[in-house]
Amino acid sequence: MKAIAILVCLFVTTHVMAQDYITRNGSISIYSHTEMEDIKGNNNEVVSLLNSTTGTFDFKVAIKSFHFPKQAMEDHFNDENYMETDKFPKAGFSGKITDISAVNFAKDGSYNVVVSGNLTIKDVTKPVTAKGVITIKGGKLNAQSVFNVNRKEYKIMGQSFVQSKLSDNIQITVNCDFEKR
Amino acid sequence: MINKKFIVSILTALLVGHTYAQNVDLDSLLDAEMKNKTKSATQRTEATFTTSRLINSHTLETTQAGVLDFKVSHRFGTLNQGFYNIFGFDYASMLIGADYGITNRLTVGGGRSTFEKQYNGFLKYRLLWQSSGKTNVPLSVTLLAGVMYATDTAAVKRNLGITVKPRASDKTSYVYQALIGRKFGNGFSLQVMPTMVHYNTVATSNIPNDLYSIGAGVRIKITKMTSLTAEYYYQLPDSKMPGTYNSLSVGYEIETGGHVFQFQLSNSTGMTERTFINETTNSWGDGGIHFGFNIARVFTIVKPKTTP
Repeated sequence: MKAIAILVCLFVTTHVMAQDYITRNGSISIYSHTEMEDIKGNNNEVVSLLNSTTGTFDFKVAIKSFHFPKQAMEDHFNDENYMETDKFPKAGFSGKITDISAVNFAKDGSYNVVVSGNLTIKDVTKPVTAKGVITIKGGKLNAQSVFNVNRKEYKIMGQSFVQSKLSDNIQITVNCDFEKR
Repeated sequence: MINKKFIVSILTALLVGHTYAQNVDLDSLLDAEMKNKTKSATQRTEATFTTSRLINSHTLETTQAGVLDFKVSHRFGTLNQGFYNIFGFDYASMLIGADYGITNRLTVGGGRSTFEKQYNGFLKYRLLWQSSGKTNVPLSVTLLAGVMYATDTAAVKRNLGITVKPRASDKTSYVYQALIGRKFGNGFSLQVMPTMVHYNTVATSNIPNDLYSIGAGVRIKITKMTSLTAEYYYQLPDSKMPGTYNSLSVGYEIETGGHVFQFQLSNSTGMTERTFINETTNSWGDGGIHFGFNIARVFTIVKPKTTP
């Protein structure tokens, strides 16, 4: 019994030392700009985990939680011509902060970082590299990044008549407040 | 001692479990968050029907705030008119109108139909909204009040059997409806419509001024964009004008981005409540069926505020 207790203690200890940062309600928004129409959707159903020692940085997003100003946009976004949300309910990113040593997690400040990894949307996985800013303030961490993806690489085609209203390049904005786990 | 051991082992189990749970991937974390959100928030049931009209009748749907829903409807003559009139093609009754969403619950609308050169206007209010999650509401209820004003003096004279010039009040009638419905899953929606149509003036004293009827409407989705619809209005026995039939319509609708196309067969010529519920003079039995279509197109007039 004692042995188990010690083991547990060990577990908990390593755990604390790893200094993971977590968010359960991060924000990700998507934006498409064309001459015809601007489309913007927001999602607060983002979970993410950042390991401050190794720099591993993972995200998971619930697709059906993207909300748009127009109901029709939201219906289309989820339907089989776009995200096929019933079939692919989640999107994810799994990567690393390539220069994690540049971030001093113990000191307040803003740090420019580069995140590189694999983005999976609709079961299509493609490598993505994005610049971002990590801000440490009073033990809390904020991560922000803006990058573009080509929707067609992820099989998000849409009908022919919407192509002029929907940009191929979708801007993705990440803004997440993390807490120490 | 046994107790102590027991507690320690429970604690251990809990702690170990806990540690593991946190190390586990983000999927389960997201699932847990989603579940919490589903429970703590109310999800309104959207798109019980495709648009604010089923075939002739209103549906319980109201128009989104700031959106103008422009409507054009045609009813051709009856199919039993034969080849000389191309089965009704040579005669068309039209309605052009629009609905506007003042709020998501309140819609105002109006139109002009060629049938008896009639103007109509209405207010529609969504009293109850079917929802699940934190607040569970099993059905939607929308109230409708409308006014119809026929300007075809000759037709009004004929209807009322009078020779003198009809007064404005003689040409006016009103409709009050409760549209009560529910979406059963994605594929099937049903509504019932208790209705009262009030005529200021009726032809003979044995016809009541208030005519009661009850309607029923269904939508069955075939694909994501198409569905089959049907509606029927039963006129209560003492609320029926002589020589009229109950209105029965079946339709097929296609929804594309911003447009709704509806094709239907109906024994009614008119497209406002008074004319199709209480003044349908054709019957399915003898081929008095009108082919027709509705086209609806939505325009965003007031842009909704973008979510923060």
